[in-house]
Amino acid sequence: MAQTAHKSLPLILAREFASNIATPVTVFDEFERLVFFNEPAEQILGQKHAEVGELAPHEWTRLFLVERLDGDPLGLDEMPVGIAHRDRCPAHDTLSFTTQDGSRHEIEVTAFPLLGREDDYYGVVAIFWELRGE
Amino acid sequence: MKAKVWGCRGSLASPGPETVAFGGNTSCVQLELADGTPVVLDAGTGIRLLGLELARLPRRPIHVILTHLHLDHLEGLGFFVPLWEPGVEIHLWGPASPVDTLQERIAKYLSPPLFPVQLSEVPSNLVFHDLPDEDFALGSARVRAEPVSHRGPTVGLRFEEHGRTLAYIPDHEPYLGAGPDGVDPEWLSGFSLAEGVTVLMHDAQYFEHEYPNHVGWGHSSVNHAVSFAQASEVRKLVLFHHDPLHSDDQLRALETRARALWGPNGHAPELAYEGMKLALDTEVEAHSPA
Repeated sequence: MAQTAHKSLPLILAREFASNIATPVTVFDEFERLVFFNEPAEQILGQKHAEVGELAPHEWTRLFLVERLDGDPLGLDEMPVGIAHRDRCPAHDTLSFTTQDGSRHEIEVTAFPLLGREDDYYGVVAIFWELRGE
Repeated sequence: MKAKVWGCRGSLASPGPETVAFGGNTSCVQLELADGTPVVLDAGTGIRLLGLELARLPRRPIHVILTHLHLDHLEGLGFFVPLWEPGVEIHLWGPASPVDTLQERIAKYLSPPLFPVQLSEVPSNLVFHDLPDEDFALGSARVRAEPVSHRGPTVGLRFEEHGRTLAYIPDHEPYLGAGPDGVDPEWLSGFSLAEGVTVLMHDAQYFEHEYPNHVGWGHSSVNHAVSFAQASEVRKLVLFHHDPLHSDDQLRALETRARALWGPNGHAPELAYEGMKLALDTEVEAHSPA
């Protein structure tokens, strides 16, 4: 049968959900590829999804330098997205990232896996927001 | 592969003088595969008359595939004559749910107080199947069932036999949350089912002006149906799941609108009607309703 590459319905619906809200949202597929981020996320990440397209894990972690708030490096496995992907459970953390133009953002991130019946797994959705100064 | 429409009304059976031409029975399509395997798509009220016909034929296993379990796709099952014939083998296929089995979900309808008889009292030999994630063989056809954008677990279906393909997506809102312009097919619900098919039977419940009041109900407007079919490069579009409030005259207007949206190239879209026959093995044939 014809087989053009096609996203799973949960990813399609996650993307539409993200496209219609003002909360920054990133959507990752089952291989931890960053397959979509919405316009509010673009404003913080400093990148346009339409320009960068889908990003493999080694690409998006290079594009956005992610660290703990104290500046210690943070591996993908320690990030909420990595934990949600690996453990198939929600994860939350506070961290910082630095964009390509050198601007540093302190954010909170909540990531949750998209699980189907039995062992089906579709990817991860992560919402994030900038920390407000005290 | 041949297809015959026994019911194409959406949501609610709608008999009466205003719906005679296109019919008032809810979703049911008969597929006849090259090897003779009887396949029934959905068990709306149209399945009642189909059951009478199948009961007259030599007995062989019947495959009933439910795209989802909304009542308009299930309510005819209890009046499907082969269901009540001891020894008849009926395979019931449906989308998997993360909670209840297919049998448990069907039993919610086929049990009191909604139905007088329990599913467990059915004398035919029922075999329940969750539709698999992977393509599978059914008689002489290959079948693909994939989740599509509708409320609750719902699949669309694609049948391929000898190079001819039929996609059946009777309840579908592919452009929920997004207009049809600029959607990458990779991100389009149902695309992998409809891509390049000979015939696509697709939801077109609403006129464009009706859709804004029904966003999120899981159905398509006529322009969304045409856009989806053209994005999928289907050869022929058959519009399905007619609104129960639409009369024959309104449906003719909807068909005219679909053809205007489609443009001059290729097969003009047609509305499904009860008794419509599609012979995919030769030329796609269809005749206007009376």
